[in-house]
Amino acid sequence: MQFGIFTVGDVTTDPTNGRTPSEHERIKATVAIAQKAEEVGLDVFATGEHHNPPFVPSSPTTLLGHIAARTENLILSTSTTLITTNDPVKIAEDYAYLQHLADGRVDLMMGRGNTGPVYPWFGQDIRQGIPLAIENYALLHKLWRQDVVDWEGKFRTPLQSFTSTPRPLDGVPPFVWHGSIRSPEIAEQAAYYGDGFFHNNIFWPMSHTKKMVALYRKRYAHYGHGTPEQAIVGLGGQVFMRKNSQDAINEFRPYFDNAPVYGHGPSLEEFSEQTPLTVGSPQQVIERTLSFRDAVGDYQRQLFLMDHAGLPLKTVLEQLDILGEEVVPVLRKEFANLRPAGVPESAPLHPAVTAARTKEARR
Amino acid sequence: MTNTPTTTTTLKLVAVSAGLSVPSSSRLLADRLGDAVRSTLAGEAKDVEVRVVELRELAVPIANHLVTGFPSPDLGEAIEAVVEADGLIVVTPVFAASYSGLFKSFFDLIEPDALTGKPVLIGATGGTARHSLVLEHALRPLFAYLRAVVAPTAVFAASEDWGGTGDALTDTLPTRISRAGEQFARLLETTERRPADEVPVLSFP
Repeated sequence: MQFGIFTVGDVTTDPTNGRTPSEHERIKATVAIAQKAEEVGLDVFATGEHHNPPFVPSSPTTLLGHIAARTENLILSTSTTLITTNDPVKIAEDYAYLQHLADGRVDLMMGRGNTGPVYPWFGQDIRQGIPLAIENYALLHKLWRQDVVDWEGKFRTPLQSFTSTPRPLDGVPPFVWHGSIRSPEIAEQAAYYGDGFFHNNIFWPMSHTKKMVALYRKRYAHYGHGTPEQAIVGLGGQVFMRKNSQDAINEFRPYFDNAPVYGHGPSLEEFSEQTPLTVGSPQQVIERTLSFRDAVGDYQRQLFLMDHAGLPLKTVLEQLDILGEEVVPVLRKEFANLRPAGVPESAPLHPAVTAARTKEARR
Repeated sequence: MTNTPTTTTTLKLVAVSAGLSVPSSSRLLADRLGDAVRSTLAGEAKDVEVRVVELRELAVPIANHLVTGFPSPDLGEAIEAVVEADGLIVVTPVFAASYSGLFKSFFDLIEPDALTGKPVLIGATGGTARHSLVLEHALRPLFAYLRAVVAPTAVFAASEDWGGTGDALTDTLPTRISRAGEQFARLLETTERRPADEVPVLSFP
């Protein structure tokens, strides 16, 4: 199983001291967080993509390319790449290039984006959100698998004899996840292609996540990619930990109460009960995360949101130490013991990554 | 000889009341409308089960849902009951020339197409009958937007309606309630529920 972190890249005022980091500080902090993720033994770093303040990550492959140069093992991913408003041709080129630089340590997650004005800013119509996601991905899928592409669709200028360069590393395209919270169409799309399905469950009750994953698994089998249990599933998570759980609650509460996404609504306690948010001891995080498996079955990737709502860099790095040292090693062992034979351990790795790891292990 | 059918069907109605006082006149009106539907259908071997959703009890969960985007378990259950109901009776007090904010907030949280084709009986309460057209200029368009089927008679109960002079010509509330109940009962009989599609139909280029 793969464990990692995903970042929204928000620039948020720290509610405990009123300090707001500059965009420059936030970007540099993101790099430090990714490097820390590798240092503490996490598998994946994923960045969101946003095109409006207070978010900085408008240029994911620039960030990921930089992190690729500063890490050895970390898989670089997105959460999500906007398949609706980006040109699929540019996604094909950018991520294939990144794949070469990172020696295959790249996968990505498609998403539609949740900010209405981004569509018109990029010349698209939000009412076409699902059709854009379906058509653009069909083109991207083709560009990575077919050297010379002729294409005509509804949303993009046609292509005649187009070759996307560079070709994917060793001819193997990056693995793709499709992220969706509410749209069954996207679960269906992931199932159709035999791609991964990521449910970012952090703001939703587990009962909803369970339904969406069950639909994806059923349809994955329907399209003949394997059994429902073999479908590739990823989940989000959101944690804040201290040795003593009351200390974790006291320290995190002001960040929770003022968080841009859910602040000024339910209490920390209510939200923790109703969503996967876990604020407490590392042991509580272990138990809660294991309970996700009860809802969705054996799954392949767990990403945690660690660096939002104005938490200072120092705190985030401490949290990553706890996650990497006390939580993930236990979860790795527990999930591995529970997973039946025949169920994939992780999302497919690029052959170049597998080869490098085998070589490393032999040394 | 009777020709009463031997099987009884049960219609599940949900009455949504946005009254704020306990007891409230909105709840009182909702109960009376429910009784009127029940007595109309009783003669036709149809049981009517009315579940009342008091929005006052859900005020904080409703506000939280607006902020977080998902319902607490109790609110989620109420929304599900509304969506699954065979018909709805909805009653709001009149606030500032319209339905109350709480009433609107609750219906803001229901998926836009979830009430398509659903029979709805609308009612409102207020201090004076001068507000009665709120039913026509606020409630009816709201449920038309939601593609629900609204019963022709809507019932407004002003404070004065709860008393009376004993003269049937001027004490019209009971007549209006039973007329609305009868119309709504007919609407329930002619409306078919459609099952939702689980798997989306898509074609991949």
